[in-house]
Amino acid sequence: MSTEKHNIDQILVDMQDRLCAFLDESDITEPLLIGIHTGGLWVAEHIRQTLGINSPLGELNIAFYRDDFSRIGIHPHVTPSSLPFDIEDRHILLIDDVLHTGRTIRAAMNEIFDYGRPASISLAVLIDRSGRELPIHANVIGKRLELKATEHVKLLGPEPLALEFK
Amino acid sequence: MTLNNIQLDNNGRLKHFLTTEGLSKNLLLDILNHAESFVSVGNRAVKKVPLLRGTTIVNLFFEPSTRTRTTFELAAKRLSADVLNINIAQSSASKGESLQDTLQTLEAMHCDMFVVRHGSSGAAHFIAKNVSPGTRIINAGDGNHAHPTQAMIDMFTIRRHKPDFSSLKIAIVGDILHSRVARSEIHALTTLGVNEVRVIAPRTLLPAQVETLGVHVFHDLGKGLEDVDVIIMLRLQRERMRSALLPSELEYFYSYGLTEEKLRFAKDDAIVMHPGPINRGVEIDTQIADGKRSVILQQVSHGIAIRMAVMAMCMGSLAELSEEQS
Repeated sequence: MSTEKHNIDQILVDMQDRLCAFLDESDITEPLLIGIHTGGLWVAEHIRQTLGINSPLGELNIAFYRDDFSRIGIHPHVTPSSLPFDIEDRHILLIDDVLHTGRTIRAAMNEIFDYGRPASISLAVLIDRSGRELPIHANVIGKRLELKATEHVKLLGPEPLALEFK
Repeated sequence: MTLNNIQLDNNGRLKHFLTTEGLSKNLLLDILNHAESFVSVGNRAVKKVPLLRGTTIVNLFFEPSTRTRTTFELAAKRLSADVLNINIAQSSASKGESLQDTLQTLEAMHCDMFVVRHGSSGAAHFIAKNVSPGTRIINAGDGNHAHPTQAMIDMFTIRRHKPDFSSLKIAIVGDILHSRVARSEIHALTTLGVNEVRVIAPRTLLPAQVETLGVHVFHDLGKGLEDVDVIIMLRLQRERMRSALLPSELEYFYSYGLTEEKLRFAKDDAIVMHPGPINRGVEIDTQIADGKRSVILQQVSHGIAIRMAVMAMCMGSLAELSEEQS
């Protein structure tokens, strides 16, 4: 286990630079930010503050949309999802800490569509690690990591943010 | 003990929901917390989550019911389960089929959960004991015994208005004797650690030794309501009137009906609850039932979230079963 190997501040800066470039290229001016509980929310809040975005942050808890309910049952402490805005025809920027299998993102997109029909959804992640099980890719990536199936990376936070490797 | 253990799996998770009696405070709080998450689902464009997709839930009602059955049905549908409503008055039971046979027939159709309402106390326990291990049972009211989901709806409604149970004085008023809701509420309230639970009723409408449940008994409505935070009115079961337990409805209303005047004995911010259906002018004055202290309609809306929580928790405990088998 180590937390020293990567400079989290640098990864966040890289992610923000790429995000700004991506939004420019895509002509997206007022994206709605939605963070996935819990690590994704910390990253989303950080981005919201540094980019000076005024609209509130959406919080998504995908526990009710997970594909492993029949294997592990109901998640013990589910904080409700909250999207304090109308997503109809808006550009959504979905933010998570670590993109791994892609199953969380699939669940998150399913949930978002139960709130309405957005104009688009883009995905921004702090860490894109190997091990995808679904055809999902991120539009914006802070850092790419090649990890074995037995290796894990986790974001600790919210203050300070740090990466933990196991 | 057997009655309580049957509700839990080996990991202490909720398997069947038959009664609030004997469940831990943490488990009751889990139900309330999960329900809190499900409330937000009802406010969205698509009021559904895919949690119980592919699951079949049977509403098995041996007694007529409108609001309980419809909220169970809505709850199951919002969890994406398939729902079957079986009204036994119109089914084989009236042709002489036994409860056991009815169950076996339904089980053969591979249903995953039965929501049972029955006129006999203990019916839900009986069914839970006799179904195959993968089938879940929720008690939607059995005789005079228990109505645990209604009790949890009321706990949820109380907590939304008065979050600290330990400071509360709560009065349950009316026909305690015949009320399964009252019994389930008393167990839930004492487990959640409220300051004081009172029951207010004429002697003829109180069960024997009701004090042993940990409640204070009052026969005078005004005295009983003094300083309370929550008033739970119970429906006067008019059919009981014939058994000469009460002189007349008018006299009952005079002594035990909740009016503006009686409400003044309670705290200024006390809330008024009623599990429904209401007999206006018998146990509660119409102005109170529709007044600003009344949270009766909130109780109905909370019914869906509580029932979603209980169904999801019971079905979720199957996860372990499949692991044990594999």
